[in-house]
Amino acid sequence: MRHIISILMENESGALSRVAGLFSARGYNIESLTVAPTEDASLSRLTLVTSGSDRVVEQITKQLNKLIDVVKLIDLVENEHIEREISLIKVRATGAGRDEISRLVEIFRGRIVDVTDTSFTIEMTGSCGKIDAFLKAVPNDSIIEVVRSGVLGIARGEKGLRL
Amino acid sequence: MELTGADILVKALADEGVEYLFGYPGGAALHIYDALYRQDKVKHILARHEQGAGHAADGFARSSGKPGVVLVTSGPGVTNVVTPVATAHMDSIPMVIITAQVPSHLIGDDAFQEVDAIGITRPCVKHNFLVKDVRDLAATIKKAFYVATSGRQGPVVVDIPKDITAEKTEYVYPKSISMRSYQPVTEGHSGQIRKAVQLLLDAKRPVIYSGGGIISANCSDKLTELVRLLGYPCTNTLMGLGAFPADDPLFVGMLGMHGTYEANLTMHECDVMLCLGARFDDRVTGDTNKFSPYAKIIHVDIDPSSISKTISADIPVVGSVDVILDEMIRQIKESGRKPDAEELQKWWQQIDGWRKVDCLAYDHDSEIIKPQFVIQKLYETTQGDAFVTSDVGQHQMFAAQYYKFNEPRRWINSGGLGTMGFGLPAAMGVQFAHPDATVACVTGDGSIQMCLQELSTCKQYDLPLNIINLNNRYLGMVRQWQEFFYDRRYSNSYMDALPDLVKLAEGYGHVGIKIEKPADVEGALKEALSDKSRLYFLDFITDQTENVYPMIAAGKGHHEMHLSPRNGDDDDERELA
Repeated sequence: MRHIISILMENESGALSRVAGLFSARGYNIESLTVAPTEDASLSRLTLVTSGSDRVVEQITKQLNKLIDVVKLIDLVENEHIEREISLIKVRATGAGRDEISRLVEIFRGRIVDVTDTSFTIEMTGSCGKIDAFLKAVPNDSIIEVVRSGVLGIARGEKGLRL
Repeated sequence: MELTGADILVKALADEGVEYLFGYPGGAALHIYDALYRQDKVKHILARHEQGAGHAADGFARSSGKPGVVLVTSGPGVTNVVTPVATAHMDSIPMVIITAQVPSHLIGDDAFQEVDAIGITRPCVKHNFLVKDVRDLAATIKKAFYVATSGRQGPVVVDIPKDITAEKTEYVYPKSISMRSYQPVTEGHSGQIRKAVQLLLDAKRPVIYSGGGIISANCSDKLTELVRLLGYPCTNTLMGLGAFPADDPLFVGMLGMHGTYEANLTMHECDVMLCLGARFDDRVTGDTNKFSPYAKIIHVDIDPSSISKTISADIPVVGSVDVILDEMIRQIKESGRKPDAEELQKWWQQIDGWRKVDCLAYDHDSEIIKPQFVIQKLYETTQGDAFVTSDVGQHQMFAAQYYKFNEPRRWINSGGLGTMGFGLPAAMGVQFAHPDATVACVTGDGSIQMCLQELSTCKQYDLPLNIINLNNRYLGMVRQWQEFFYDRRYSNSYMDALPDLVKLAEGYGHVGIKIEKPADVEGALKEALSDKSRLYFLDFITDQTENVYPMIAAGKGHHEMHLSPRNGDDDDERELA
């Protein structure tokens, strides 16, 4: 099953490599990983998507908690949550294809953020599933480049992951 | 007054109560060595190799309970100390390892003797720190000791660039430290403990299985009290030997791959298992699918990630085993309940039946020295009162099986990582921690050559160790596996061209004795043990074909042990794999 683990950790050099190293050393799988400082500059927020049996994911959270730099973590999929991913997609757009792609972007509520005679660059935000669906809808041979941010997530409701 | 980073480091070590610092100098560490020269509180012990320094600090820690402290230079100093760091990490031994680093402005430039110490050690430390500012140095040292010695203990590396050791600042050593990201639990959940006690008292076929956690937590007296209060059988892991007195009738021996018949069958047949400070290591469990099929398992451990990692616990209890044992004993006493005497008696009858197999019997009439005989004589001659270190292989298992450890911290071996070369330097560390004690290093002709250079350190510091070399001219454990599982194709397990170890010992300024007959074993041991002024290297020429029994082969369960041919197993039954 897919899990989204959200981690608050000390914003220190090497902290990220402790997490990445843990996953490679123990053979756990990382589907995506995003990291950035929080409103408290001494803390980083790291969002990690992984998958595995309940037993494996239990070990993953325990091993992450054991890292000295990890202050707090939650598995977002255990409760109601919101997840978003941002992507930048560059597509070939010429002739009639230009209109078709603009329509698709509109349907998916994306934005065209850069235009050339032969291409569009599209900004698309949403769940992973939505971005996957958009990429499926665009004719495959027109895609020049896809950049995805990895998943960000937050729990629904008033409670927050903070100190 | 402002001090240099080097002086701050040494002062901090002194304030931390560090008596011995095991190390080896080099370019990046020179300011620190200069600071050491100008004081007399912290004594530096010069090993002959950084691996030796690391294992010596480890032996010091294991035998004393105090953290072992190491100082090495950058680059090769760091890579050489990685093996001891990993050894300590696998066995949860508290150590602080100071690694010197090239100056800050050269980091990342592939400078002379530069390695990424933080990167290289990250997977095998509890934590590591790079000091980037001299003003952080004292607090970082405090944190390093705090992290190393609290919770599930382990090694902590502090990497200090050379320029930091030259820069100056005010020295203030923090009295205490707290870290928002690290707050180890101590007390166990009282509801879980209550459930555990119920289950324990309701057991018909109980077993108490304890490991190195009891020794780390210094609570073998409480373990002993609990076991005796209940009258239940107790088995120890390789790391836990000595936590419960081996000569107590409630002790069924070590369990696992080379554990006793009675210990492994007790584990297999039990209905309630209380695991205290052990981690269901693969050498303990054998095939996890066949592991203790009838047991409800209570697992007490300070590290939540140890629980249900390989074997699912029915009642997990996270916390310090010391505190939890107190609470369990209190609750049992208060309940006024006693285990079912009739069931317990039936259980003991069954266990005694397994004991009668006498799985550790060996040939006492041999004309060639049997390795088991040497350990038995070592036990008798020292009256069980020695500190015994070992290397890794057959001799290690013989020592674990035939030396009866009645006290904790007497048996010093590399259990998790299985590091050959550990025994001799670890014995040095033990002797520093216990200058008047008898220290024996049980080793083999393969292992002893991995850190042999430390004989020179022993001479420099007059360490009267007793080296018990079980010399079978083979890498015995490798040979044993090749005999059993590789159709006797002895690939590279034979030690050709061994040095004359007696002359070698003499060359280092020690006493060397070669012993070839069983009748000479006791005399040689007595001679060595009675002389407290010199190191004796006893080279016992032992049976080349002896194997360690019982044995659970890989992929087998506790009930599928192979006994010695003396116990009736014929050769065919050994064709396993």
